[in-house]
Amino acid sequence: MTLKKNILALRQKKAIVEKGGGDKAIEKQVAMGKMTARERILALLDAGSFHEYDLFVEHEEQNFGMASKELPGDGVITGTGTINGAPICIYAQDFTVMGGSLGLKHARKITKIMDHALKMKVPCIGINDSGGARIQEGIGALAGYGEIFYRNTMASGVIPQISVILGPCAGGAVYSPALTDFVFVVENISKMFITGPNVIETVLGEKISQEDLGGARVHAEITGNAHFYALSEMECLDQIKDLVSLIPHSNQQKAARIEPKKPKNKKNIENIIPSDPKQPYDVREVIFALSDDSKFLEVQELWAPNIVIGFGRLDGETVAFVANQPMYLAGVLDCDASDKAARFIRFCDAFNIPIITLEDMPGYLPGVDQEHAGVIRHGAKMLYAYSEATVPKITVILRKAYGGGYIAMNSRHLGADFMFAWPGAEIAVMGPEGAANIIFRKEIMEAEDEDAMRQQKVQEYIEKFANPYVAASKGYIDAVIEPLETRELLLHALDVSKNKDDHRPAKKHGVPPF
Amino acid sequence: MKKEAPEYVDFAVTARKYKTLLTKKYLNRKVWVDPNPFEIQSFIPGTILQISVKEGEVVEEGAPLLILEAMKMQNRIEMPFTAKIKKINVAIGERIPKDTLMIELEAVE
Repeated sequence: MTLKKNILALRQKKAIVEKGGGDKAIEKQVAMGKMTARERILALLDAGSFHEYDLFVEHEEQNFGMASKELPGDGVITGTGTINGAPICIYAQDFTVMGGSLGLKHARKITKIMDHALKMKVPCIGINDSGGARIQEGIGALAGYGEIFYRNTMASGVIPQISVILGPCAGGAVYSPALTDFVFVVENISKMFITGPNVIETVLGEKISQEDLGGARVHAEITGNAHFYALSEMECLDQIKDLVSLIPHSNQQKAARIEPKKPKNKKNIENIIPSDPKQPYDVREVIFALSDDSKFLEVQELWAPNIVIGFGRLDGETVAFVANQPMYLAGVLDCDASDKAARFIRFCDAFNIPIITLEDMPGYLPGVDQEHAGVIRHGAKMLYAYSEATVPKITVILRKAYGGGYIAMNSRHLGADFMFAWPGAEIAVMGPEGAANIIFRKEIMEAEDEDAMRQQKVQEYIEKFANPYVAASKGYIDAVIEPLETRELLLHALDVSKNKDDHRPAKKHGVPPF
Repeated sequence: MKKEAPEYVDFAVTARKYKTLLTKKYLNRKVWVDPNPFEIQSFIPGTILQISVKEGEVVEEGAPLLILEAMKMQNRIEMPFTAKIKKINVAIGERIPKDTLMIELEAVE
């Protein structure tokens, strides 16, 4: 009988805490168009798989009237569960409890579940919805943030870390997401900034709305802080499920293999790329033509769209694609594109995901703004990331590969394992027009008809050098292949690379230019 | 991004022009303007606390021009070289954005 009574008491106790900030606060949360922290967790995880810990943790602050304040769960829900059967650790800040503000105990619940994730080698997902530091707790709140950042860093490259921004995430709080691998944002709901509109207006006199300063779209398109952008919370949760199914649970594993499906034959791969190197196309069509079931999960779709990155599958195994996108800025490399690709390459290398590079690029973006923004420093990140990576690295040159870009896009010289080129590839030190102007300057200037001579010399250069055979004759390209052979060759190359064993000199860590 | 009907523009990378789309960020980039030494611009947004010169006055290099308060710092703006004050475009108490043309100078014969 006593046990029964105790069980009933436990259920009652749990029911109270599980209500979070109570009905009124929940109503407010719903009125803002937001789900509650608990609803989010339950919607993301497999039905019935969520198990909560530290439900009865309480804060210990005595100052500023906090002694009498009860904060259910201290404003954060933590636990474990599964996504499509894969175990994960998760926490969700509860905005209905004192605005989801972060106090020391709140932070310690988070660091505890992070430690657990790192020990158990499972992904850690954090749902952020918090007004920021709990000011009443003063330095305790700051200590809490710092302890989270430290664990984010320790776990980096060991387990995948995912941040979901479903509310405000301001001040110091933004740095935990920034340290994690993937940040998800939702239109009208996510807000991220270091200093908010009020401070900016007081100090600098600049007026700006929260949305324009650090809304979802801004981080997905302008800053590059966000990796996935959704129009609703449900769409966002679906994106997370897709991603989790594609990546391994830790750096000691490979992503789960699924039953392979052939690409849907939407478009003949031979017809996607215009033969005129000046004409654009959507390189994602090539990815769709190559990947299993024509599926591709693009990362950072809106930011630096001149390079495309993301995950697909080949023969059921996860692979990463890095592709120049001629549809935007002619597919040039610039500061943002280099930054975007470099971090992605490092993620893939840390988590055993082979990298397939599809190359069609005219060079680096010229401009004072680029030079002054540090395109040298940013561009170097990409060279570093490719050179450093020891996962299988395969490049297919689809069309143009000019100059520094040829080197940067996983060339043989940076350690590519397989270099393929389509027969229309132009691998040269620069575009034919530019090269002819320099090499044949004298002939062109001395000719009676300069334009005709220039045209003739450009044509000569194209015939002699703007092709894959010069590079192939030196062994820099392993094989010139027909577009229709590409998928089979990629499957084969990955098969051959299965036991790739590549080592780097022993070191504490490198010093990449970031 | 998927729905927009592509209207490709000419985009020059070295000697060749490519048909492509431009990004918002590229279109909004700051175009470089050669700095004019006769124009004193604000390097930070802030408030004018004090103006120490008058229009028409010849001022020695290094002399204080004005105080621009920003981020709780009183920044003393000095004369970059000896010249005449041609025009003062700001007033005491005025709050100005970054890159505001505060004072125009004129060479002295």
